[in-house]
Amino acid sequence: MPDISKAVPKLDEEEKMSGRAVYVDDIDIPGMYFARTVRSTVAKGRIVKIDVPKLPKDYHIIDHTDIPAKNVVKMIFDDWPVFAEEKVTHIGDPIMLVVGKDRAVIDDICENIAIEYAEEEPVFDFRDSAVDYRFEKGDAKKAFERTARHIEYTYRTGYQEQAYIEPQGFVAYREQGRITLIGSIQCPYYVKNAVLDTLGCGEDDVRVKQAVVGGAFGGKEEYPSVMACQLAVAVKKLNVPIKLVFGREEDMEVTTKRHPSTITLRAAIAEDNTVAALDAHIKLDGGAYLGLSNVVLSRSMLAVTAAYTIENLNVAGDVYLTNTVPNGAFRGFGAPQMIYAIEMFMHHIAKDLGEDVLEFRLKHLAKQGDMTATSGHFHEPIIMPALIERAMEMSDYRRKASTYAKDESNHGIGMSWFFHGCGFTGSGEADHIKAEVKLEKDIEDKVHIHVAAVDMGQGSKTTLAKVVAETLGIPLADVVIDNPDTDFVPDSGPTVASRTAMVVGGLLARAGQRLKSEWVSGETVVVIEKYKQPDHIRWDDEKFHGDAYPAYSWGVNVVEVEVDPHTYEVRVENVTSAYDGGKALDERIVLGQADGGIAQGVAYGYLEVMEHDKGKLKQRNLTDYMIPTAVDTAPTRTYLFDNPYALGPFGAKGFGELTLVGGAPALALAVEMAIGRKVTKIPVTPEVIMELMKHGKH
Amino acid sequence: MESIEFVLNGKPVSIRRHPSARLLDVLREDFGLKGTKEGCGEGECGACAVLIDHRIVNSCCYPLAYARGKRITTIEGFAGTPRYEAIARAMGEEGGVQCGICTPGMIIAAESLLDENPKPSEEEIRVGLSGNLCRCTGYNMIVKAIRRAAKEGEGLW
Repeated sequence: MPDISKAVPKLDEEEKMSGRAVYVDDIDIPGMYFARTVRSTVAKGRIVKIDVPKLPKDYHIIDHTDIPAKNVVKMIFDDWPVFAEEKVTHIGDPIMLVVGKDRAVIDDICENIAIEYAEEEPVFDFRDSAVDYRFEKGDAKKAFERTARHIEYTYRTGYQEQAYIEPQGFVAYREQGRITLIGSIQCPYYVKNAVLDTLGCGEDDVRVKQAVVGGAFGGKEEYPSVMACQLAVAVKKLNVPIKLVFGREEDMEVTTKRHPSTITLRAAIAEDNTVAALDAHIKLDGGAYLGLSNVVLSRSMLAVTAAYTIENLNVAGDVYLTNTVPNGAFRGFGAPQMIYAIEMFMHHIAKDLGEDVLEFRLKHLAKQGDMTATSGHFHEPIIMPALIERAMEMSDYRRKASTYAKDESNHGIGMSWFFHGCGFTGSGEADHIKAEVKLEKDIEDKVHIHVAAVDMGQGSKTTLAKVVAETLGIPLADVVIDNPDTDFVPDSGPTVASRTAMVVGGLLARAGQRLKSEWVSGETVVVIEKYKQPDHIRWDDEKFHGDAYPAYSWGVNVVEVEVDPHTYEVRVENVTSAYDGGKALDERIVLGQADGGIAQGVAYGYLEVMEHDKGKLKQRNLTDYMIPTAVDTAPTRTYLFDNPYALGPFGAKGFGELTLVGGAPALALAVEMAIGRKVTKIPVTPEVIMELMKHGKH
Repeated sequence: MESIEFVLNGKPVSIRRHPSARLLDVLREDFGLKGTKEGCGEGECGACAVLIDHRIVNSCCYPLAYARGKRITTIEGFAGTPRYEAIARAMGEEGGVQCGICTPGMIIAAESLLDENPKPSEEEIRVGLSGNLCRCTGYNMIVKAIRRAAKEGEGLW
């Protein structure tokens, strides 16, 4: 059998290169209307009065009074209204849609709508905790009492904007009473279920289709449900096709971001200079609505010790509501903040103790069989020592670290170690997602894959088709996979949490095995496969106890930088990575994920700055929110280890998020070495470095 | 409104629309050329790049009036040419395509760069692409693709 890792041409690359791929904004429907959202301009208040100018014929206002059923966008927490009623909670809170045929007329109407608010004092600090989770391992209290030396640091991270190049959007229309929505989305069934709740209609009355998605990175996980519900209400009332596509500024102002965080870590140091216990408090800024922030917090907390094993833990987490743009899913999903904090902390402890940093970290490195942070076990082999050794060799880490640490060259090199839990947390796959996939062989012996997984650039169409072709032993050309359409695909779950290759791919491999045994040439054969939790995985959601994930992927990033001694600008010189993602389903696709993920992760550490001023985001577009250009991005070297996971298809585990989570700490550690000051805040901008150089800390 | 005439993908065309209309909208709405994308609307991301008299231009910042008498090539016009094929083959080989929203603009940028400089260094490629944002790939595979296209398509530029 050929090695599945061998790269094949991506199934969708030709249509994308030639401009034929149809993204949502490329869809025109005869007689189509357009919509624009009218939003709150205050961070907190009550709507006192709305003055709408006299509307021209065939122009309409859609607001909360038009909602047939519930004024809530179904997510995890149902706290996000489709349209604001009386109160507004952040700048950008949607109040109504203006719908009509001519966009210039719509703009004119929007500008002439006067809304009077009774403003209230907004909250921007961590005051109102809305989610409060805790868990313990061992006995941290006793360990702190028994040790004399305690070390504490607080780490801060900022916003990060997904900055997919295609802004969010939907086109929706009504056909024989049913509403169809076509969107730039990650999760067709999240959208469908949210619309069903808002309209209060039957399962068959709503159809959701995925247009080609121009990047997502988590940003099109839960937010599209907000737009979809608004648009569905409008289509239901007006019975015309409507397009709602954001421009860049609106997209950046109102869609979810990565949660800013403050993480305080306190270690109890044993007599042999190891960490006897860790006390962690993770605080996330949820913004104005929780949405799915509690799950983001869970993932932060579950990553509390990252690649290390610490015997005694006391872990607390809070999501705070503030009158700012709601924060949500972004590749990594709470893990980047925590992995940044723990990696910096392990270095800072070692330095404070006068220990060799590498030796100190190696002493704490997790091994197969160790108890995880939630007192489950690492069941699978952990090959981190090999990854670390390879990454150090490839980057010449040892020599460079010892040279840069001493010299005045303004160079630094930093190395992060990390894992990423694959798939949904704990029993999420079994209890909430209940994924289902379908394979359908037609009379011409072509095999159609029916899954809700979205190819948003990560190449899942190609990798999933390869899994099926290889399993069945048929040519890739005989496998058909289209963009999901809820009329045809079962709910294989959302395209999130690095679950597509491992979970959806795993189900497809099993379905393929069955199809192979039931294969009758020239006849239609349908196989459906449903997710079943592996027997050895046990998880208690209430207590945060047990195996938080069925499997873990592992990684090492090494980043080398030069810091300009005058301007304090950081230049990334090169990036070296080693990963254990089980088994690559397509080496070129996986390396592409690695390159893109690390670029986002490293930029999160120094380049990407987003801040708000009294609830108003200061960065409005891609001119002032800087993402890396081809010039900012350093050459990468990536080594993929095979460490096949028995329950993944061909051994594959999750990979997409793994490549982001270690970027910021590797970058920050490199900067720390270059400037000889401890970094406790990212992004580490020239301003932050200047403060550090002046005052020694920030 | 007087009509504005120019050459679009090799064919003379004429359009009556306000002279300040964005070329991007004219291409997408009046000519149905949807391969030219809008990513930011302010000339920062390059998704809307087209060739005007064979130089790369962001069509979102280009008023229709300026197009008069110019030769304009969009991805649809460039696709199928030997140069396009060389770039597309290299993009596939090197893995330069992920979500694809930046890809037509990237290919236009590659053509503009190679037309001016058929043997660019890595540094020159990076500078040449710096007006085109990609959030998926981290650029390295695109840079490699352009090096490969320049090598394997030698003589085309």
